[in-house]
Amino acid sequence: MSTAMPYALEAIGISKYFAGVHALDNVSIKLVEGSFHALLGENGAGKSTLVKCIMGYYQPDEGQVLFGFHQQEISSPHQALMLGIGMVYQHFTLIPNMTVAENIIMSRPQLPAIINWKKEMAALRQRMEDMPFAVSLDAPVTALSAGEKQKVEIIKQLLLDTKVLILDEPTSVLTPTEADEVLGKIKELTRGNGLSVLLITHKFREVMNFADEVTVLRKGKYSGTEKVAGTNPHKLSEMMIGRELAESSIERTQSTEQTPLLSIRDLVVSNDHGADIIEGLRMDIRGGEIVGVAGVSGNGQRELMQVFSGQRDKQAGNILVHGEQYSATREEMRRFKLHCLPEEPLKNACVANMSVADNLVFRRFDRAPFAWRRWLIKRRKIRQHAQELIERFSIKTPGTDNPVGNLSGGNVQRTVLARELADDVSVLIVANPCFGLDFAAVEDIHKLIMKARNNGAAVLLISEDLDEILKLSDRLHVISDGKLVHESTPAEADLAMIGRCMAGHGVDHDNEY
Amino acid sequence: MVEADPGYAGVLIAVLGGAIRVGTPFLFVSLGECLTEKSGRINLGLEANLIMGAMSGYGVAYLSGSAWLGVLVAGLTGVVLGLIHALLCQQDKVNDIAVGIAMMLFGTGLAFYLGKPFIQPVAPRLPSIELGAWSDSPVLRAALEINALFVVGVILAPLMAWFFRYARWGLLVRTVGESRDAALAMGINVNRVRLYATMGGGFLAGVGGSFLSLYYPGSWNEGLSSGQGLMAVALVIFARWNPVYCLYASLLFGGAAALGPALQSVGITWGYYLFNAAPYVLTLGIMIATSSRKQRFAGMPGEMSNI
Repeated sequence: MSTAMPYALEAIGISKYFAGVHALDNVSIKLVEGSFHALLGENGAGKSTLVKCIMGYYQPDEGQVLFGFHQQEISSPHQALMLGIGMVYQHFTLIPNMTVAENIIMSRPQLPAIINWKKEMAALRQRMEDMPFAVSLDAPVTALSAGEKQKVEIIKQLLLDTKVLILDEPTSVLTPTEADEVLGKIKELTRGNGLSVLLITHKFREVMNFADEVTVLRKGKYSGTEKVAGTNPHKLSEMMIGRELAESSIERTQSTEQTPLLSIRDLVVSNDHGADIIEGLRMDIRGGEIVGVAGVSGNGQRELMQVFSGQRDKQAGNILVHGEQYSATREEMRRFKLHCLPEEPLKNACVANMSVADNLVFRRFDRAPFAWRRWLIKRRKIRQHAQELIERFSIKTPGTDNPVGNLSGGNVQRTVLARELADDVSVLIVANPCFGLDFAAVEDIHKLIMKARNNGAAVLLISEDLDEILKLSDRLHVISDGKLVHESTPAEADLAMIGRCMAGHGVDHDNEY
Repeated sequence: MVEADPGYAGVLIAVLGGAIRVGTPFLFVSLGECLTEKSGRINLGLEANLIMGAMSGYGVAYLSGSAWLGVLVAGLTGVVLGLIHALLCQQDKVNDIAVGIAMMLFGTGLAFYLGKPFIQPVAPRLPSIELGAWSDSPVLRAALEINALFVVGVILAPLMAWFFRYARWGLLVRTVGESRDAALAMGINVNRVRLYATMGGGFLAGVGGSFLSLYYPGSWNEGLSSGQGLMAVALVIFARWNPVYCLYASLLFGGAAALGPALQSVGITWGYYLFNAAPYVLTLGIMIATSSRKQRFAGMPGEMSNI
């Protein structure tokens, strides 16, 4: 018998290679029973890979996973479920066209051949009373907000009598208030019910406020485990990125421009299901100004971006640049010097199978000097142009003819930045530019956006990362349910107020919290 | 006026009767396609299931003397074709649509080759229920002759809707069809569920084929199917992936297809071929009317948008 602390889960000496690259190199983690353990690391540090090895999605190339006191090879997610290991994924795994109850029932490993819905619903309602959150069982998942979906995901796992709950960045789509509520409730469960929790995160705040212990990964390697009580964010950041986080040194010049360069007038946009998701949005942005739009994802940000990038038609209203109508044609983008950095650039701003050089010249490939009489393309010029931009924006690619889809996320983003920011920019629309990138890349991208602003561009920054908005914006709005519900400046920002507005509760509902 | 001219009433009755008669194979193929698509896979090869079903059903009915045995064998032929389709589709980087078209060409060719000996012989027909026995009008009697397979189909449609909501396997099919990732996260074997759904869909399409050769038109020849298997794909979209709507849509398509013969039966001979094209025009019209640049089809299984 072992007299050591009882571990709910141990992963020892895990290594995993992908196409010869070390995704994980001899990483170990020990989860004490009934504790709240954080797994901290930058994007790409190997957190998800480690957890997928534990869950049986991947088979580790070396090392072993022990569940309880017995060495347990976990060969499939199904087996992990049967052992009582449940996972809440970063991207929702709920089925949108099904109801909450159907989603919950479906996740059960053993389901009767014919489902007696009456009986199941009664049993579910009863068990819901012990759950930390209340959700409507009959609602279709499409009708839920991001926060509610996250709660359903967690309830789904708890109802399976999960002993070990793994949460993969569960707060990325939640408002700060919602995040605290969810993590707080889960922490309570570790105290009373013997639940063990492994929280994957890159947010120090969550580690410091909720975790008992923290294991840090850096570039696929184990960098240490600490008791949270005996550590601090400075020490953790050193473990996480190998140095202390340098203070941001982004220079902001003063702008004197007064007339709006970009105006949005009573914009109405509908979503994929034909319902109006943006209703009567109005906004003015001056030259040399960054206006941030904060909000929880799914409140119209994606659709707003798509109207600018030409991926979606507006239903009503106007977008004016220099007082002239803008309707997202290629010609207007060129004339107004309007540039877009959409989210998920590989999907929204690149053709993955075309070369880096081709992607870099999309806006101008049929004009001089890249084309003769607008139809004969001069490949040599395009390659030269690409070579220049690759050097100027330090894009890491094997060559100009490499498909852009083969580059890493950060370099895809750099490729799009190079295309959009290399020339004169007078209007810049940016959405979640740093999603999934590491600290160094984030800093570079922020500098480039700020540089465009300092050169007199009007910048609309749509981001789900509130810190990013507070860092870059001159003014900020909160978007909720397709409407701008709050305006402030970073200096005067009231975080509690912003959080409430993001959650859809305005000033009038102060008493709810 | 309409009352004065019995011809128009006759057309109406003939169209109604035709809707049932011509709609039955549509019903089975569309239910089969619906089941397959609900699992997140598209099977364009159902045209082949239909023709192979018609051929094998006719052949077996002729050789054994039992029409129902023919129906069963037609269904099993469909299962085999569905199995091949599923096994090909679940390989990496294989496109459902390309495999479907290949299967369609393969199956039709095979049916014509194997079916040569059955063009001449006469096989027993499927039994029908004479709902029009009370009437002395031969037109009405003919129109109200309901085939037993139609009755089976009418029961099958709501049963399938029930299956998607109440049976574990129904929920599995929907889960797999809505989100492959979610299904994997629940530990569901996506390929196996799709395999069974494709085979089940193949069975229904095969049965639909046997109706063509064993009841209406009621013989085996190479011009038997005229794209019903392909039109079923449009029909399922029109029916919003709802089995009960598939029933209504099949009747609508059947009615459209019966328009030409019905008009001819009352002596309107002009535009016969034009009216015969009605189902194809309807297919085209429906695809245009229901598609939108701005929004997705309501009820579409999530995985279908990835094909």
